[in-house]
Amino acid sequence: MNEIGLTHILFLSAILFFIGVYGFLTRRNMVTMLMSIELILNSVNINFVAFNKFLHAGKLDGTFFTIFIITIAAAEAAVAIAIIIHLYRSSKSIDVNDADLMKF
Amino acid sequence: MSASIVIFYILAAIILGGGILAVTAKKIFRSAIYLLFSLMGIAGLYFYLNYEFIAAVQIVVYIGGIVVLIIFSIFLTHASGKDMEKPKLISVIVSGLAAVFACAIVILLINNYSFVATTNTAIEPTVKNIGRQMLSTTEHGFILPFEVVSMLLLAALIGSIVIALKPKTEA
Repeated sequence: MNEIGLTHILFLSAILFFIGVYGFLTRRNMVTMLMSIELILNSVNINFVAFNKFLHAGKLDGTFFTIFIITIAAAEAAVAIAIIIHLYRSSKSIDVNDADLMKF
Repeated sequence: MSASIVIFYILAAIILGGGILAVTAKKIFRSAIYLLFSLMGIAGLYFYLNYEFIAAVQIVVYIGGIVVLIIFSIFLTHASGKDMEKPKLISVIVSGLAAVFACAIVILLINNYSFVATTNTAIEPTVKNIGRQMLSTTEHGFILPFEVVSMLLLAALIGSIVIALKPKTEA
């Protein structure tokens, strides 16, 4: 416990990941579910950076994965919010239980 | 307790506190603001680990981009002063237990695993090194994923405009 090592950061990211999972399971609102997904993706990024720093300092691969995950998360958030706004226009609700447009 | 350890625990408290409040807050706008604090703490953690470029990208993309986008979508879809519908008690208990036990298992596994670090000389994650390797066409370059992700961004840009466009019949 004298120095902050890899395990401390892995504990932090594990707890953050399961906070995101808890939010994803309990929230019934699409925007808040999207926020939970952002928390999960961020915990993954922390893991990549920590492994890059502490285990594979001779490479930069963890850094690149983090950059690509951030980029894809931004694209995903933009498309998700476009879908949410469109759904709100057509059904006046963004509760996941009310979304049954594709029900057969 | 050196200053470094104290700073790490402060950052961890900001990240986890912000995260917990973001998934439990009653008002959706507050939830977004707590998410902002959590993401800011994560940017601080990257600064703490000396990954300045990632920290800058985190601030620009997440805090300046995604959270602002989420706040705008809240304004477009909610009466943001109202409380949100509460989750069912059974759902809170079951998801809480699932998350706590899964978290305990993961922490136990991390605690028992002995990580072996590489002995290669370290490459500093400076902007210069990152840029050179990302745009290099040699064996360890990342030019192909870079180009693919640029196509993905273009597709997402056009796709989100098309999806969110108002249908012409309403206008």
